[in-house]
Amino acid sequence: MSAVDVLGTPAPAEATGEAGAGPWLSAWRRLRRNPSGIVGAVIVLVFVLVAIAAPLLAPYRPATSEWFGEVTPTTVPGPSDEHLLGLDSFGSDLLTQLIYGARSSLVIGVVSTAIGLAAGAVLGILAGGIGGKVDTIVMRVVDVLLSIPALLLAVSVAALLGRGSFSIMLAISAAQVPIFARLLRASLLAQRGQDYVVALRSLGLRQRRIVVGHMLPNSLGPVLVQATLTLATAVIEVAALSFLGLGDPNPAVAEWGRMLVTAQDRLDQAPHLALYPGIAIAITALGFTLLGEALREALDPRSSR
Amino acid sequence: MLSLVVRRLGLLVVVLFGLSLLLFAWVRALPGDPARALLGEKATPAGIAAVNERYGFDQPVWQQYLTYLGQIVRGDFGASINTGEPVVTTFFERFPATIELSIAALVLAIALGIPLGYLAARRRGGWLDNIVVGWSLLGVVVPVFFLAVILKYALAIQFGWFPTSGRQNARIDATHITNFYVLDGLLTREWDASWDALVHLVLPALALGSIPLAIIVRITRASVLDVLSDDHVRTAQAKGLPRGVISRRHVLRNALLPVSTTLGLQAGALLSGAVLTETVFSINGIGSYLFDAVTQLDYPVLQGFILFIAVVYALVNLVVDVSYGFIDPRVRVS
Amino acid sequence: MSLLEVEDLRVRFSRKGGPTTTAVDGVSFSVDAGEVVGLVGESGCGKSVTSLAVMGLLPRRGTTVTGSVRFDGTDLLTLSPGQLARRRGSDLAMVFQDPMTSLNPVLTLGRQLTEVLRTHTGMNRSAAKKEAVELLGRVGIPDPRRRAGEYPHQLSGGMRQRVLIAIALACTPRLIIADEPTTALDVTIQAQVLDLLTALVRESGTAMVLITHDLGVVAGTCDRVNVLYAGRVVEQAGKRELFAEPRHRYTTGLLNAVPRVDAPEGTALQPVPGSVRDLLPWAQGCAFSPRCGVADEGCRSGEIALSGSEHGAGHRARCVHPAEVGV
Repeated sequence: MSAVDVLGTPAPAEATGEAGAGPWLSAWRRLRRNPSGIVGAVIVLVFVLVAIAAPLLAPYRPATSEWFGEVTPTTVPGPSDEHLLGLDSFGSDLLTQLIYGARSSLVIGVVSTAIGLAAGAVLGILAGGIGGKVDTIVMRVVDVLLSIPALLLAVSVAALLGRGSFSIMLAISAAQVPIFARLLRASLLAQRGQDYVVALRSLGLRQRRIVVGHMLPNSLGPVLVQATLTLATAVIEVAALSFLGLGDPNPAVAEWGRMLVTAQDRLDQAPHLALYPGIAIAITALGFTLLGEALREALDPRSSR
Repeated sequence: MLSLVVRRLGLLVVVLFGLSLLLFAWVRALPGDPARALLGEKATPAGIAAVNERYGFDQPVWQQYLTYLGQIVRGDFGASINTGEPVVTTFFERFPATIELSIAALVLAIALGIPLGYLAARRRGGWLDNIVVGWSLLGVVVPVFFLAVILKYALAIQFGWFPTSGRQNARIDATHITNFYVLDGLLTREWDASWDALVHLVLPALALGSIPLAIIVRITRASVLDVLSDDHVRTAQAKGLPRGVISRRHVLRNALLPVSTTLGLQAGALLSGAVLTETVFSINGIGSYLFDAVTQLDYPVLQGFILFIAVVYALVNLVVDVSYGFIDPRVRVS
Repeated sequence: MSLLEVEDLRVRFSRKGGPTTTAVDGVSFSVDAGEVVGLVGESGCGKSVTSLAVMGLLPRRGTTVTGSVRFDGTDLLTLSPGQLARRRGSDLAMVFQDPMTSLNPVLTLGRQLTEVLRTHTGMNRSAAKKEAVELLGRVGIPDPRRRAGEYPHQLSGGMRQRVLIAIALACTPRLIIADEPTTALDVTIQAQVLDLLTALVRESGTAMVLITHDLGVVAGTCDRVNVLYAGRVVEQAGKRELFAEPRHRYTTGLLNAVPRVDAPEGTALQPVPGSVRDLLPWAQGCAFSPRCGVADEGCRSGEIALSGSEHGAGHRARCVHPAEVGV
């Protein structure tokens, strides 16, 4: 008996008023009490709002290079009354670029995660729900996708599909498919052995009904957590791919990764051109990560931290 | 153990098969005829004829695939459209640079990560713990390329403490045997060359190592926390063993098991990060090789690269998993 | 002077920002050289925490230990961690409850024995190895030389517990504390391991504190018994006296709860009414009074001492209305 046993069992549920709360409600309560989760949620909220309201928030239009005349080979105009953060090396308003960069990251990140989740989930459900030969085939496909590191896979796919935002989206989603496929497959397999599934079967429910009506809703939690964490990676990968020149061919485009690349040429003159987009990427990824981890703890509380 | 190796190699074969099929199908799916698509802008009648000859595009599809497979099996992964150099040759030429960088990054990550993770766990809730947890989180979310750029700017350009690019100062006349510059310097006793190469490695290794460092710190910390509450540690204490012995032989040795399982993942992170870091610091490794191929749309190189990386990644993971059996006796097949 | 004298031991745990729990609330008992003393009680009564406190194995953070634990005259609670560590394994040893998790999974069994031997005696490697093999043999492990090179996961639970006993006895300690050493084992193995432990202890003249919730185990092995309830000793007696003439109402309740083979068919079981949670703090009276059939105001008015010269030599009970002989 360890010393911990002696401390006694936790207070009965009635005493804390939590008795009868369903899993989602108690998860929500736990989430609310988690400070880092709240920070993460706030960051994500700000990010999404900025991205959606970009046209309203930004002082100018993006990637116009309107003020290119003010940029010289040795200087880049800094903050002024018209340009709160100054200009970038192509002559566009830096603040506008940053704001529209959020929009670009959000759109590409969300779309690619959505595609990756949808495709991966389908594969995972087929593999876990049907099993047998289907399972083997699906797992081989997943193995092919996992045969090279995720970023390299994304780079390769993007390169092969040609430049542009769309190919970045598909490339990143390709790297995410195996993650969701494995997640859903594992979730279904784990549930298959549980008593409640056997009970439903003995009541005469068809396999498909059980999977769709019961097992999938139970998988929702882990999928939500994974989707949030994957969004963090997606934001970074979007930036990485455009850093490598795979995004929009226009070098002045309002995309954080691209802004970082072009900032390298002016590193000694105007280091802030690199700092702002980089910090933006880091903070956004941080927000999603904190939120994702808080969700994970809320949905599956562990006593040790 | 042997069955594991055989199974993994078998899987690798299947995967390569799948990849080659995908890549093959992709070339066919490109608009226009394959030779022209591959050459892109550099298409000339002579060039197209040469490509057709080399890749056999004028043959029936199934025969093309067989030829393709045959080439792969023989180790012919194609050649660069631009330079004509076989992918395999260039790969082996540039691989050492990436390996050297990766090893430096990994050594850094392990040398810093494990002690920090351990200390953070021992003094749980203390200031060190909070700092460590916070910084390791940053390590995961700060993109490698951003960190590389910042380091380059701050330490190389601003303070001038480190060189901004390359692997070695061109003015040092160094002999290269293995292409591992630090090692070469040691082998030929050109100490200054070795030192210079080492200095050039610092910034890239810091940038590249940030992710493995973050992962190692977090896992070590979590693992040590777990092991500290294990019963067998209490038994060791009851035996009256000295604290240092308990820390090393009973806590650490068990806590490091989960860390070694992630080494395979780290290899993936290192390879990915290498692409970005080598670009920033102008290092001629396979990372920048990929970058060049991507920017120049050198498709054969890209294809060959994918296949090659798949092989390397699979072998690394296999080695890691096999060696895990040596560390954890519970996994060994008696 | 006794080998081990525990006097007014109190252990308090405080969690960050939470209430303080008193796990051990004034426990006193003693163990003479060569004696086997039992600590009996149900889960949560503080017997394990007492043993951990004696060995100095409680976590340092959030734990307050007061009282005195005199081993051979020296109060262990006043020693530094280094001094304490030197005594552990050599003078004082402990056998824990769960053999499946109490051994280091990545070290060979031989290594886990030689390390304790080499730490406390000056043995060199080969001497320690030989001694380790011999120890394994003494605890009844067949083919000990081969087993010494094996790992814990290759042994069954009963075997592992034997190894843990060997480790505890390796440096011939003066006192062994055995915390429910057979509870986690299969029923068929329990008797074997318990007999082994008792035999080895008697053979070497080592004193033992045996912690258990099983009265049958007590009857089979102990010389003297301490019954614990809610962190305090409520009855102390020689084994025979305790079973023949139990005084404290809790003890009588426990003994009555044991089903008897010779009872008429259909006799109902007689559990002790209520639960451990129905508690009165010791400062206010008898902690057992809420569950006791004969409790009155006298039982709820302040501290009750462990008394009882009238019960016979060495037999004391913390009871205002102890049971009469023959109940």
